[in-house]
Amino acid sequence: MILHFQNARLIDPQALSDEPGSLTVQDGTIVALDGDAPEGATVIDCGGRCLAPGIVDWGVKIGEPGERHRESMRSAALAAAAGGVTTIVARPDTLPPIDTPEGLEFVTRRAAEQPVRIRHQAALTRAREGREMVEMGFLMDAGALAFTDGVRVVTDTRLLSRCMAYARGLGALIVGHPQDAGLSRGAAATAGKFASLYGIPAVSPMAERMGLERDLALAELTGVRWHADQITTAAALPVLDRARAAGLDVTAGASIHHLTLNEYDVGDYRTFFRLTPPLRSEDDRMALVEAVADGRIDVIGSFHTPQDEEAKRLPFEVAAPGAVGLETLLPAAMRLYHQGGVGLAQLWRALSLNPATRLGLPGGRLAAGTPADLVLFDPDAPFVLDRFALRSKSKNTPFDGTRMEGRVLGTWVGGTRVFGGDHG
Amino acid sequence: MTFRARHLLGVEPLAPAEITTLLDLAETYVALNRRTVKHGDALEGLTQINLFFEASTRTQSSFELAGKRLGADVMNMAVAQSSVKKGETLIDTALTLNAMQPDLLVVRHPNSGAVNLLASKVNCAVLNAGDGRHEHPTQALLDALTIRRAKGRLHRLTVAICGDIAHSRVARSNLILLGKMENRVRLVGPATLMPRGAADWGCEIHEDMRAGLQDADVVMMLRLQKERMDGGFIPSEREYFHRWGLDAEKLALAKPDAIVMHPGPMNRGVEIDGTIADDINRSVIQDQVEMGVAVRMAAMDLLARNLRAERGARAAGGGVYV
Repeated sequence: MILHFQNARLIDPQALSDEPGSLTVQDGTIVALDGDAPEGATVIDCGGRCLAPGIVDWGVKIGEPGERHRESMRSAALAAAAGGVTTIVARPDTLPPIDTPEGLEFVTRRAAEQPVRIRHQAALTRAREGREMVEMGFLMDAGALAFTDGVRVVTDTRLLSRCMAYARGLGALIVGHPQDAGLSRGAAATAGKFASLYGIPAVSPMAERMGLERDLALAELTGVRWHADQITTAAALPVLDRARAAGLDVTAGASIHHLTLNEYDVGDYRTFFRLTPPLRSEDDRMALVEAVADGRIDVIGSFHTPQDEEAKRLPFEVAAPGAVGLETLLPAAMRLYHQGGVGLAQLWRALSLNPATRLGLPGGRLAAGTPADLVLFDPDAPFVLDRFALRSKSKNTPFDGTRMEGRVLGTWVGGTRVFGGDHG
Repeated sequence: MTFRARHLLGVEPLAPAEITTLLDLAETYVALNRRTVKHGDALEGLTQINLFFEASTRTQSSFELAGKRLGADVMNMAVAQSSVKKGETLIDTALTLNAMQPDLLVVRHPNSGAVNLLASKVNCAVLNAGDGRHEHPTQALLDALTIRRAKGRLHRLTVAICGDIAHSRVARSNLILLGKMENRVRLVGPATLMPRGAADWGCEIHEDMRAGLQDADVVMMLRLQKERMDGGFIPSEREYFHRWGLDAEKLALAKPDAIVMHPGPMNRGVEIDGTIADDINRSVIQDQVEMGVAVRMAAMDLLARNLRAERGARAAGGGVYV
């Protein structure tokens, strides 16, 4: 089976290029760029639209096992396909958490039945309780890409340093959530004028810097490969710079919501804007966008967190945090592109190339010999988002009713079309 | 009449002219309340439900009395709080009550924004009787009326709001209202009880109470909200009283005719010296309670007028009135 995409605008994050071209796929693998259509190939005319590596979305919550009413593997995969996400890197914060090789084998089997690639991170400590290390070696053998307790910060630094030292020996990647657990207890907003006026319990942005400094000190101590799941404040960026200058093996991510929204979007206590960490100031948002443009933020993810309606129909401070994002990640990222400053190739470095590289996955690039995980999209197509049209089981998106640009026209995983065309 | 609001969720959405309208109407109710026969008919035939998710004696009885004096059928509901599923009871209770066709719903809730959430689910007029650390609009309005009667005006006054600003919805509503009416507001208290970003609110911040009270026209004391604190805001009550409690010596720094206010209930010897609170030449604390009933009568009267006009317009097929 040979596919030939012609008349495409190729977004190549590796070469940082955004140019017209064509691409040929054979048996699920990219075989040529800029060649003619081979004999017998199915030709797909892209009509000048963008063809980019499929998005690798690092940090997605799927409700399997335990919370399938919020999101199943199937609904997450369909949402991902519709959003141009070809690889989901799932979080271990399920019920029960993915903290044993047996549990990981179960979700891996379920994942294999889905139209997009779903890989898993494992918990760092048993039951994510911060008391005992998981069986890291067995979990790596079973396919764990990284180890994280999600937004639960391990407060016992002695245990954390041992986890890191052990991980260092295995070459495992640890994902931290930079946050000071004491300062952020009970917080639902960022401390400042807005939170004070609306009377919402708040946390200082300094808590993120403190958490980051602590984790980086331990990373320096142990030499572990370490990744910050979300950097959301300007104050944390210089800390990251210092760690890199000191030669630590450190990368950092950011959520698309913190790159496109700020604390004032919460408005009249709209709980779909309650996130962890909470939305920040506009100054922080702009500093983050700049950090994406200059590559200091390596990864952009949706941090897809499905919550059912009841969990959000509560007073703001007691409502469940998180937002769905698999389907809105690409159009939201287009906001950064249309506002200028971040090119499409730069964006795709953070959306596909960097996460794939950091997690040791073969995709995320347009190169001969790599899997044909592709997304074809129109960066300019406008639409108004209707949350009930989302394929995700949960509809908690902060973008409901807003005007967005950027529509996915087709998604291919390993050369097989999973969205667009006949797939609707 | 320039009062267009459908609900009274806070003072933040009110225009200065609306505040003045409400206070002017409240003046007439002060007069009514001082007569032997205290009955008005502004709320005749209407049903008022007081829904309190948080214990309250003064505010609830003030609203109850206000409704009864204007002829409303008043029902009090004290909703027991389960500690976990607060919100579920909130919306479910709101929908249940709404089905009973009340006209005025007075709500107090421990979470900021909970009253706004409830107001979006019902089709009667909702009055916020305090939500979390957010707003307590009738308290700010009754304070405004008290100040206006004591000082003869509600503008160009220096008002020092002292104490536990961080946990106080009274402070927020007062700050907003006094700012709208063009007064100079000072927030006085220890840094641990001062909300972050307060300096951006267009008021002065003083940690030193003596500097904060200097030449003030109005000294507004706040209750130390022990029940909202999760520990470690002040070292001890006696140290707090020494540095931020209102006593004769500190009050002497304010203008000689400065008035002393407190939203109650007072912690005597913690934020205020008992003798100051009882000094009839300085303290207007009892007046505040009296004004509370009048202001709540005025607020419910105005909302009821808008409600009737809206329903009348709908019945006549004329679309939305406001």
